[in-house]
Amino acid sequence: MPIDYYLNIAASGLLTGLVYGLAALGLSVIFGVVRVVNFAHGEMMVAGMYGAVLLGGWIGLDPLLSAPVMAALLFACGWLLQRGLVNKFVERPEHMQFILLLGIATILVNAMLMLFGPDARNVQVPYSFDTVEIGSMLLDAVRLRAGAAAIVVAAALFAFFRFSRTGKAIRACADNPLGARVVGLNIDGLYALTFGIGAAVVGVAGALMTLLVDARPQLAPEYTLLSFIIVIVGGLGSLPGALLGGVLIGMSEALAGFLLTPSLKSLFSYGVLIVVLLLRPQGLLGKRS
Amino acid sequence: MSGPSRMMPSGVTGRGMMLLVLAALGLVIAPFVADRYLVSVLTTVLWFAYVGQAWNVMMGFSGLLSLGHALYVGLGAYVSAALFVHFGIGPWAGMVLAMLVAVVAGCVIGFLGFRFGVKGVHFALLTIAFAEVARIGFDHITWVGGSGGFFLPVEAGASDPLNLRGSPVLFYYVALALVVGALFLSRALLHSRLGYQWLAVREEPDAAEASGVDLFRARMTAVAVSSALTALGGVFQAFYFNNLFPEQVFSMGRSIEIILPAIVGGIGTLVGPILGAFILTPLGEALTFLIEAGGLDLPGLKQLFYGAALVVIVVFRPEGVWPWLARRLGLVRQPGEGA
Repeated sequence: MPIDYYLNIAASGLLTGLVYGLAALGLSVIFGVVRVVNFAHGEMMVAGMYGAVLLGGWIGLDPLLSAPVMAALLFACGWLLQRGLVNKFVERPEHMQFILLLGIATILVNAMLMLFGPDARNVQVPYSFDTVEIGSMLLDAVRLRAGAAAIVVAAALFAFFRFSRTGKAIRACADNPLGARVVGLNIDGLYALTFGIGAAVVGVAGALMTLLVDARPQLAPEYTLLSFIIVIVGGLGSLPGALLGGVLIGMSEALAGFLLTPSLKSLFSYGVLIVVLLLRPQGLLGKRS
Repeated sequence: MSGPSRMMPSGVTGRGMMLLVLAALGLVIAPFVADRYLVSVLTTVLWFAYVGQAWNVMMGFSGLLSLGHALYVGLGAYVSAALFVHFGIGPWAGMVLAMLVAVVAGCVIGFLGFRFGVKGVHFALLTIAFAEVARIGFDHITWVGGSGGFFLPVEAGASDPLNLRGSPVLFYYVALALVVGALFLSRALLHSRLGYQWLAVREEPDAAEASGVDLFRARMTAVAVSSALTALGGVFQAFYFNNLFPEQVFSMGRSIEIILPAIVGGIGTLVGPILGAFILTPLGEALTFLIEAGGLDLPGLKQLFYGAALVVIVVFRPEGVWPWLARRLGLVRQPGEGA
């Protein structure tokens, strides 16, 4: 029955898309607050993937459990990066910020290439070939777990920004940096915290991604671009938008990979990006500036 | 924030002129004294200097950040190569169509971007998106070889300058001519009405528009000039290397390599992209040489070095090496020092 087929593919795409969306959330958080585009985002994500691969290889840790470890590690890296380098560039022209992060991205991806080589590496999990039957659909257990974990982390992030004092302070920074400074918020500290959170989120997304894809350094620039596309499709600065964009791109990729050839699937994402940039540059859920 | 306006040298001093002439002379006689390897390295240097200059027209003069210049290189390369292989049309005629195709592509991107108000980071992303679409698209165009690559016929010992077939020295001089041509063209453009409009648009778009500059037109001409020049670099590349792979020609990495010389040398300056290429490529080559001499196999080290160069430059010399060097050595007159 062809309709079940499509449903199945759409559902797998949705689950993968949730992980994409989580990665994009990290980018969106950083851009929304610090107003710096993290061009090293995909590189951080692949760092998260390699972390999970290594932890899986050494002590047989499930990527779902590696995720918090990678979150902590990447939080520290992101925090230091913002403190040490990026903070000096917050007031500088956009293209300077871009070039700085492009340089960092190039360093990261090639460092990983030198450390791990160009070959794909994966994590063995006992449930890698299991499937779960939901109604008439058959879904991969790995995909379900990755998608569910992405939802949990995204929900935690939403709750943090909505309810915690620090989260509210960060949102105040994003809305009005000058006003936030006037009322006594430590802007530089909050920026570093935000960059750390964004990096942690993408680290988790990377760890989860190892359930679905083998880690390769070449994935890094692809994921950077993918995260950008998702954030722009969903709307810059809109957290639900990033998740929605991720799901949309994940599903369209899955369907395009099925209907056309797999090698054309990313063409589809770029097509979606170009259409959104032209028809609704603020993104699906973004506010007009 | 002080804009790049202070990067504009108000005039080259006598000493600066002498150094420029000496450098030019050195480059003209280089093939007579250098060995084959050195000539090939210098050709690469000149190629990056040239495409860096072409990119500089958009970013440096008009403030439009393009991260997809590999698109124009690739279009120029593929169009001229296809004309040569399939119709026997030589590169001197083929380059006209190659440039035209690149200009059309540039204008489509520019039109979409500027008409719909896609600015800054978003514009840069649009340029990347188009380059990536071309990369994936060309992977599937079997007429020009698809992902398996497109090859130009090579005859050993052929000497046919009319079809740009010949020794490495021929290519060296063609590359040198491109760089010199682009230098004079950039200089002429900067001192033209259009050039002043570009600078105004780069510095203060709103003020420029208020004083009567047609923003859309100024930006579109910058894209057109830059894409046409870059396509010429692509034609050169096709006939120099004789092979084209979408994965390399249109790659994001290539786009980054193109912007490096101008960033290192000095965005918006005339000499910057050339100096940047002369700094980066030899350093990269030396690094490769050292790695090989050490018997190591580290595929990413050269790129890692380029990344580090980007970070170091943008942190310590954000205006580039050339403005700083020119000041230190007294090669240019400072604004206000008297013309």
